[in-house]
Amino acid sequence: MIYREAGQIKTSYAADQAIFPITQDRWFIGAMLIIAFIMIPLVGNEYFFQAIMIPVLIYSLAAIGLNILTGYCGQVSLGTGGFMAVGAVSCYKLMTGFPELNLIVVLLLSGFVTAAVGMIFGIPSLRIKGFYLAVATLAAQFFLSWLFNKVPWFVNYTPSGTITAPPREVLGVIMTGPYATSLSRYFFCLIVVCVFALLAKNMARGSVGRAWMAIRDMDIAAQLIGFRPFQVKLLAFSISSFYIGVAGAMMFALWLGAVETAEAFDINLSFQVLFMVIIGGLGSIAGSFMGAAFIVLMPILLTNVMVGGMGMQAVTAKHIEIIIFGSLIILTLIIEPNGMARLWQIAKEKLRLWPFPH
Amino acid sequence: MSQAAASTESAGFPERTFGDVMLKVDNVSVSFGAVRALIEVSFDIREREILAIIGPNGAGKTSMLNCINGFYHPSDGTITFKGEERRDMKPHLAAVQGIARTFQNVALFHGMTTLDNLMTGRNLKMKTNFLLQALHIGPARKEELEHRDFVEHIIEFLEIEAIRKIPVGRLPYGMQKRVELGRALAAEPDLLLLDEPMAGMNIEEKEDMCRFVLDVNDEFGTTIALIEHDMGVVMDISDRVVVLDYGRKIAEGTPDEVRSNSAVIEAYLGVSHD
Amino acid sequence: MEVLNDNILAPLIDMGTYPEFFAEVVIGGLMTGVMYSLVALGFVLIFKASGVFNFAQGVLALFAALTLVGLMTGTVPVSLGTMGYTMSPFLAVPLTCVVMVGLAYLIERVVLRPLVNQEPIILFMSTIGLAFVLEGFGDILWGSTVKPLDIGIPSGNFEWQGIQFQVFEIWAAVTAAILVTVLAIFFQKTRIGRALRAVADDHQAALSVGVPLKNIWIIVWSVSGVVALVAGIMWGSKSGVQFSLSLIALKALPVLILGGFTSVPGAIVGGLIIGVGEKVAEVYWGPLIGGAIENWFAYMVALVFLLFRPQGLFGEKIIERV
Repeated sequence: MIYREAGQIKTSYAADQAIFPITQDRWFIGAMLIIAFIMIPLVGNEYFFQAIMIPVLIYSLAAIGLNILTGYCGQVSLGTGGFMAVGAVSCYKLMTGFPELNLIVVLLLSGFVTAAVGMIFGIPSLRIKGFYLAVATLAAQFFLSWLFNKVPWFVNYTPSGTITAPPREVLGVIMTGPYATSLSRYFFCLIVVCVFALLAKNMARGSVGRAWMAIRDMDIAAQLIGFRPFQVKLLAFSISSFYIGVAGAMMFALWLGAVETAEAFDINLSFQVLFMVIIGGLGSIAGSFMGAAFIVLMPILLTNVMVGGMGMQAVTAKHIEIIIFGSLIILTLIIEPNGMARLWQIAKEKLRLWPFPH
Repeated sequence: MSQAAASTESAGFPERTFGDVMLKVDNVSVSFGAVRALIEVSFDIREREILAIIGPNGAGKTSMLNCINGFYHPSDGTITFKGEERRDMKPHLAAVQGIARTFQNVALFHGMTTLDNLMTGRNLKMKTNFLLQALHIGPARKEELEHRDFVEHIIEFLEIEAIRKIPVGRLPYGMQKRVELGRALAAEPDLLLLDEPMAGMNIEEKEDMCRFVLDVNDEFGTTIALIEHDMGVVMDISDRVVVLDYGRKIAEGTPDEVRSNSAVIEAYLGVSHD
Repeated sequence: MEVLNDNILAPLIDMGTYPEFFAEVVIGGLMTGVMYSLVALGFVLIFKASGVFNFAQGVLALFAALTLVGLMTGTVPVSLGTMGYTMSPFLAVPLTCVVMVGLAYLIERVVLRPLVNQEPIILFMSTIGLAFVLEGFGDILWGSTVKPLDIGIPSGNFEWQGIQFQVFEIWAAVTAAILVTVLAIFFQKTRIGRALRAVADDHQAALSVGVPLKNIWIIVWSVSGVVALVAGIMWGSKSGVQFSLSLIALKALPVLILGGFTSVPGAIVGGLIIGVGEKVAEVYWGPLIGGAIENWFAYMVALVFLLFRPQGLFGEKIIERV
């Protein structure tokens, strides 16, 4: 009774096509925004921002990027870590090479560089189907990892190989470097991610998104309707790489502050983001957020339960964590291939009918 | 169904007129390795005509449509569409030139709703780039609404308002075929290729589909080529019939002419349709 | 001009000047290639029969090797210590095979059957999940230390025509050859082999002539598991059983691109080419650009192949039907 569509009549196509056509959904999003923008900053502490909120936001951005490619367009990529590294390194080079550049501009440029690199690896493999892109992106992952490790120019010849973000301000508030507070960084990430999520959602429900999904679902039929698979996939790959690059740059400059690229952006990161997309829901922007939150929070929860509660060794707990994640992937794919986003939708549908069972 | 046709004729409706030759298939042959799917087939389709392509299974009917689409490339012969001759054509160009099609095994996009599937049919007419769409302002927004309007007319025409927002994977088979027709219509094609549009339907659904096909031809003047196994449908709604068998054309003419053609009867073992 | 000379000509001249060394590098590469081929073989089997791209193939090899070591040294799972006995390889190897068959059964039941109608991409991602599960279990059951493996393959080297050969590597090559021959005979001549080929061609058609899909998959995954065991034994004997094995197995993917996803001879040839190419590139050009080319060389070769011949050297060109 609380959550229903009855009585909400749309009198224009525009209203029908709004992002959140159901009034209750609008209230929900409004509530989430209030919580994110007002309540969390009031009650959150340093740990909460640094260990939970900021990574969730940044991973969500990466997950949205990967979702565009894998969820909407159906092309598996295992190179997310490598591309995030490109974003981070570009960010570093731009920040150190052009100190007068605004941080936002740097982030956007990092995205563009990553999109360009992504296209280089994508072009050979997007012309054919199947798992070839998976292999090509693995190539990207290993090659880029090696490149940033071996070629000292990328790290400005730092002997340790670690890149550190110099301090930068945005609108007078210091955002990067050792003196940036976690609160200001949180707000910055929040705004950036919200904007990008909105853009992604608009693309997903426009003809661009339909083109991606058409290629994913049945590319032969899509061709015969007039879609050109190569162009559509390349666009998905570029936009996806852009998002992932920006996420990588943010991870470097706004979360970790200093990274050793081979360690931070290895193939495990690629798997992590892929898991976020699978568990959160393939082809769902909201799902990307849910998946990111899940992947960030679950290990913390597990560690607390297993090491803290059950007194297990940290090493064993890590192994069990790996098993749990692997099993979750399989379970998600079996039970609900559309992930948490779909489970959420089903819950909403049940709410619509509540208190009636069906 | 033959009653419907008879009543039309007896009611004194105007004789059907056709325009110039829109599609000309000239001596087309297609082989896959040793398998010869089409052997020197020639026929043409005139504007506003409804042409039926019939023949036993494996005769090469779908291969013929695939050639017209540009999906298969003939190893011999030419295909001329709207005066332009082409042989090796990229599949998406067929759509650009004004050919739309439905498939034997319903090739809808299962992850999308009915509405979205129909909107993909409008794809070629949508010009705004992805950046404008991301911002969802001005031209992108206007374009989306315009095309939504057009698609709604098709939804009304095909009477599928109730299933607009349902993912097509969940629809019953007959409905899916109707949605597929809608997607083809959304492209405003000059030539509509239908591959067994009535397959697997019951009598009422078939009657509905026939009505839609005839209405499309009548109201929009769309030229239609269809593959069909139901002889009743073929005899009643088509202007001309082409019969294929083992890759060759064995007969061509009006339904009556073809029905009494001995080669056709031999190939087919005439199906009673009364 | 100097750059050209240093980077391209010099290594080539080097090869010519010391042909014995070059031959040794090539042979070393061939041997590594044989290992890759074995892993790729497992991939091909599963892909041919079920259309599933088994990302977990490398981890299967690792798991098999770990089980074998565990059995042979009498280590109790969960690293509680040894049981105080050792098992001879003649008993341990067949026992491990039984374990792999059991594992195949489990995988079919828990992962494959529920996902039977899903698209290939979903199945592929589930095998990624499977890889993680198996890796985690391997870690927990047997611990993550490097374990030596010795089932009695002779070692040592000998010289012929001025080139050093390793006995172990000859054994590996011979074993691989025997394995491939046995598999080829199995596929072509036996009834089960025929059924497997039918399933690879068309699931529905195979079902309609009474081929039990479920059993076929168990058989295929078991055979793949045994192939993985052989691969694991070879790798493990050479460099110890450790977790980098599963990463190395990822290299089998470029092998498949080179050889074609559905070709057994392709897996062999592709593996050899990659093995040799990698080694030669690393030894002769590696030092010029900082080394560790082996990390990505195979993948780059695969990328190039994707441009010009995506179906690989021996794979089938896919004919789309609408």
